[in-house]
Amino acid sequence: MPQAIEFTINGNSVSAREGQTVAAALANLGICASRRSVSGEPRGPLCGMGICFECEVTVDQKPHVRGCQLLVHQGMKVQTGA
Amino acid sequence: MHSFDVLIIGAGPAGIAAAIAARKSGVKVGVVDDNLTAGGQIWRGAVPRKWTDAFLNSGTHLLAGTRIFDAPQQGLLLAKTLESLIELRYERLILATGARELFLPFPGWTLPNIMGAGGLQAMVKGGLDIAGKRVVVAGSGPLLIAVAASLHKHGAKLQAIVEQAFLSSQTRFAASILSQPSKAWQGAKLLWTLHGVPMRHGAYPVRAEGDGRVRSVTLSNGAKVDCDYLACGFGLVPNTELASLLGCRLNGHFVEADEAQQTSVASVYAAGEITGIGGLEKSLVEGTIAAYRATGNLAAARSLDRQRKTTHTFQRTMDVAFALRPELFKLANEATKVCRCEDVTLGALEPFNSWREAKLHTRCGMGPCQGRICGPILRGVKGWRDEGVRPPIFPVDVAALVQTSGVQAR
Repeated sequence: MPQAIEFTINGNSVSAREGQTVAAALANLGICASRRSVSGEPRGPLCGMGICFECEVTVDQKPHVRGCQLLVHQGMKVQTGA
Repeated sequence: MHSFDVLIIGAGPAGIAAAIAARKSGVKVGVVDDNLTAGGQIWRGAVPRKWTDAFLNSGTHLLAGTRIFDAPQQGLLLAKTLESLIELRYERLILATGARELFLPFPGWTLPNIMGAGGLQAMVKGGLDIAGKRVVVAGSGPLLIAVAASLHKHGAKLQAIVEQAFLSSQTRFAASILSQPSKAWQGAKLLWTLHGVPMRHGAYPVRAEGDGRVRSVTLSNGAKVDCDYLACGFGLVPNTELASLLGCRLNGHFVEADEAQQTSVASVYAAGEITGIGGLEKSLVEGTIAAYRATGNLAAARSLDRQRKTTHTFQRTMDVAFALRPELFKLANEATKVCRCEDVTLGALEPFNSWREAKLHTRCGMGPCQGRICGPILRGVKGWRDEGVRPPIFPVDVAALVQTSGVQAR
């Protein structure tokens, strides 16, 4: 059974299963948009493989991290742009 | 700094097969991949046992989560992980950079929960819980059926599978793969899994609607289908950016490779989807041949020539069966975003005659994806060609660029 990982999204405590990507964890929590586009549209993952950069979030204050290319880890602080 | 006799870019089937074959000569082999684990797209999270074992036991050095962004001099690549900058030196280079999906713009296509077909599958493999979710799978190509079957297995409620190609051309495709029993059997199994799911041929999405995420998609036959996710991909586009940066000649959209899988640049080989979209078997055999050639194992390479020829025949059959209809490139209206990074609409491109001109005035294709998504769209919709690549081929922070200039100066 995968372990539960506790972390925060926009300051709210959440949990996800170990081995999930940040992008998948956001989707499972009902957060469809990871960022706002330059004109303010909500955007979420498109390609799922690190090419499109639509799933960008800020992780532990590091901006422009692709949520589909990073696994959730204990205590991480995820900030969406949406 | 890492130094390899044979460096392979891409840890999908072509890269894995190449690594195993190259290690047979006992040389030092490295494989780099931007993804977190080996497998590429088709084997994401599930590399077949036979290949995993051979790969793990081969003594290949795997650098995952690592993306190449520059090739400042011959025999040297620069790469970035989440934390650091890496120099990679090589004697021989095998490019196995694979393909991405072709997305085509239609009104509403930028709504959250509209993803690529392979894109949604990758997300599910990354832990997205699709059980009970209403999904429409649309676009073109054999990938749609494979994705639909996989989503179905994970409990998705498939609302429809929508293939733009007409049934007649797919029937010919099906007939042609009967000569390859393993493929025919695979296809039959997938279709059996999906019995009961509405399958629409010769149709495509014309509009998606929603509030904050997709709620429904309207198809070219007028049907409006409610959904939680729209998985939509129109085939595959080769990832040729690194090859172009290295100066490898392209043949159409693909990297030109000779019978040795050698590109136009000395010591640089190419294998898999970047030389032509042909699927798993083609990637495996080309990766193997490239590695045997790169390590001087000529007899072993030659013994696979016939096998490679079969995969190339399959590739041509697929191209014909799933050729995209011209209507698909006319779905966007003036207000539809074409470049998602910079939010450039089709209307905003109206005054310009080339991508270069449009870039200067609108920043179209100059965002983080660097035209990887909108480039193929502009080719289809406007007939514009991309005009070469410049480093960095992936966005990097300024600190890395400063370090890079140090490397170049040495």
